[in-house]
Amino acid sequence: MNHAVLAEGLAKRFGETTALDGVDLAVRTGSVLGLLGPNGAGKTTAVRILTTLLRPDAGHAEVCGLDVVRQAHQVRGLIGLTGQYASVDEMLTGAENLLLIGRLFGRPRAEAKRRARELLDRFDLTDAANRATKTYSGGMRRRLDLAASLVKQPRVLFLDEPTTGLDPRSRLDMWQIVRELVADGVTVLLTTQYLDEADQLADEIAVVDHGKVIATGTPAQLKARTGAQPLIVRPADVADLPIVLSVVRDVTATEPVVEGSTVTASVTDPGLLPAVVRRLDDARVLVAELALRDASLDEVFLGLTGHRATDHADEPETEGVPA
Amino acid sequence: MTTIAAPAPAPRARPFEGFTQSLTLSWRTLVQIKHNPMELIDFSIQPIMFLLLFTYVFGGAISGSTGDYLTFALPGIIVQNSLFGTLNTGVGLNTDLTKGVFDRLRALPIARWSPLAGRIAADMVKQAWAMALLLGLGAIMGFRVGTDVVSVLGAFLLLLGFAMAFSWISVLVGMLVNEPEKVMIFGFAVMFPLTFVSNAFVQTDTMPGWLQGWVHINPVSKLADAIRGLLSGGPVAGPVWMSLAWAAGILAVFAPLAVRAFRRRL
Repeated sequence: MNHAVLAEGLAKRFGETTALDGVDLAVRTGSVLGLLGPNGAGKTTAVRILTTLLRPDAGHAEVCGLDVVRQAHQVRGLIGLTGQYASVDEMLTGAENLLLIGRLFGRPRAEAKRRARELLDRFDLTDAANRATKTYSGGMRRRLDLAASLVKQPRVLFLDEPTTGLDPRSRLDMWQIVRELVADGVTVLLTTQYLDEADQLADEIAVVDHGKVIATGTPAQLKARTGAQPLIVRPADVADLPIVLSVVRDVTATEPVVEGSTVTASVTDPGLLPAVVRRLDDARVLVAELALRDASLDEVFLGLTGHRATDHADEPETEGVPA
Repeated sequence: MTTIAAPAPAPRARPFEGFTQSLTLSWRTLVQIKHNPMELIDFSIQPIMFLLLFTYVFGGAISGSTGDYLTFALPGIIVQNSLFGTLNTGVGLNTDLTKGVFDRLRALPIARWSPLAGRIAADMVKQAWAMALLLGLGAIMGFRVGTDVVSVLGAFLLLLGFAMAFSWISVLVGMLVNEPEKVMIFGFAVMFPLTFVSNAFVQTDTMPGWLQGWVHINPVSKLADAIRGLLSGGPVAGPVWMSLAWAAGILAVFAPLAVRAFRRRL
C-alpha cells in the first residue's frame, strides 16, 4: 500500500454552498500531507469525509485501502481524529476521557486505565489527570484531544487545525508531538491556515481554495512557484513616508500598500532589497524597519489565485474587487 | 516491497459489542454528575420543590387537608417530574452535538446506535432516582403505599417505559435545534400545558367542561391514574393499558422521526 489516503473527485454541497468541488488527494504511507487553505476553503469537509463523519455527494476515498463509505466501520478502527470539532467531554476528567475511549475500543478496564496513564504522562497531563477537562488551558485541551485519538495507535492520524488558537509556546509543543508521531510511522493528514505550520510539518502540501485543490507540491516547490515575498519598509520619521512610497513603487514596479507608517509590497526578486536600501540611503531616509519576510499563506494565495487568503471567506465568489 | 495487510477489523460492530458500548457511554453520562454535583441538585431539587409546595401550599385548598392531597398528588407529581426529566435526553444529545463530542464518538469503531442508547439508559437511571426520591420524601411527609411491592415495582417499570418512549420526542427536538437552551424552551412550552391540563394535580371535574375532554384523553392523566392505582390502590388495568398504548403510539411516531433527524444531522 503506497498511499494511506487516496481521494478522487470528492464533492460535497450543503444547500447552495459548494464545500468541495472535485478534490483529489494522495498521502503516501508514513508521510505528512498538509492541507493548506483559508477558512471556508473546504479543508474540514474533506477531513470529515475521510474520517467517515460525512458522506461525499460524489467521488470516492480510501483509507488504508478501505472505502470510507462502504467500509466505514473498519476505517474507524484504523484512524485517529483530532479537530476543531471532534472534542473530548469537558465534564469528564482527562483520565476518564481516555478511559472512556479505551473501553469503547473494547479494552478491559485495567488495560484501558494503564493506557490512559501512559498517554497522560506522555503529554504532560499527569498533574491534571483528575481535573475536569473544562478547567484545562487551550494547549492542555489540545494535547488531551490528541491523546484521545492515540488511545489505540492509529495508522492514519487526521489533525484538523491542530494549533489554531494556541499560543506560540503550545504551538511549538504541538509541532514537536506531531514530529514524534511521524517518527513512529504514523501517516498524518493535517489541515492548517498557516503556511509556516505546513512548512514545518508537511512533506507535501495541497493548497485548497473554494473546494478545489489549486496546487500541490513540497513546501519548497510551492514557495518557489509562488515566489512573492512581502517587502516591508517603515521610516523612522513618518514625514518620509511619501519618499519611501515612491522608492518602493519605483524599485518593485508594483503599487505598495500603506498601513500606518509601514509600506508593504510583494516582490519576487530578493535582489530588489539592496536596491531599495541604496535608494533610501541616497535620499537620506532613516529607516526603523526594513525586511524581506518569508512568504506567508497570503503571498502563496496571492501568487496562486490572485486574491488574498484572509478575507475572502465571507465574500461572494462572483463579486468584483472594489476599486 | 512487501505490504503488511491491515488487521481487518469486523465490518461492523457486533450487537453484543454495541450493548457494552452503550453501557460504557451511559457510565460516561452518569460519571459527569460526580464532577458537577449541581446536576444532581438540578434534577433533585425540582421534584422536592414541587412536592413540598403543592402539598403544603395548595393541598389544603384543593383537597381540604394536606394529607389527602398528598395521596392524590404524589403520583401526579411523579409523572410530571418524569416527563420534564425526559428533556435531559435532548439537552444532553444536543450538547454533545454542538460541543463536538458526538463527532469524536462517531469516528470510533462503535455501534452507530450506542451513543443514543447510552444516553437514554443513563437518563432512565436518573428517572428511577427521582422517582425513588419522591417516594421517599412522600413517605416522610405521610404518604402510605396502599398496595404491595410488586405493584410499586410495576409503577417504576411503567413510568420508566413511558418516559423512555416520551424521551424520543426530546431526542427529536435535540436533533433539530442548534443549541441546548432551545430544547428547554420547547420543553417548557409543551410540558407545562401537557402536564398541568391533566388530572396530575387536581380532579378533572373541577375544570371547565371544554377542558375536561382533553384531560380525559391526555396521556399524562392516564399515566397518573395508572401510577395512582399501582401505589395507592384502585383501578389499575384500564389506565395501565391506556398508558402503554400511548407510549407505543408516541414511540411509533417519534422514534422513526428522531432516528431520521439523527441520521440527517450526522
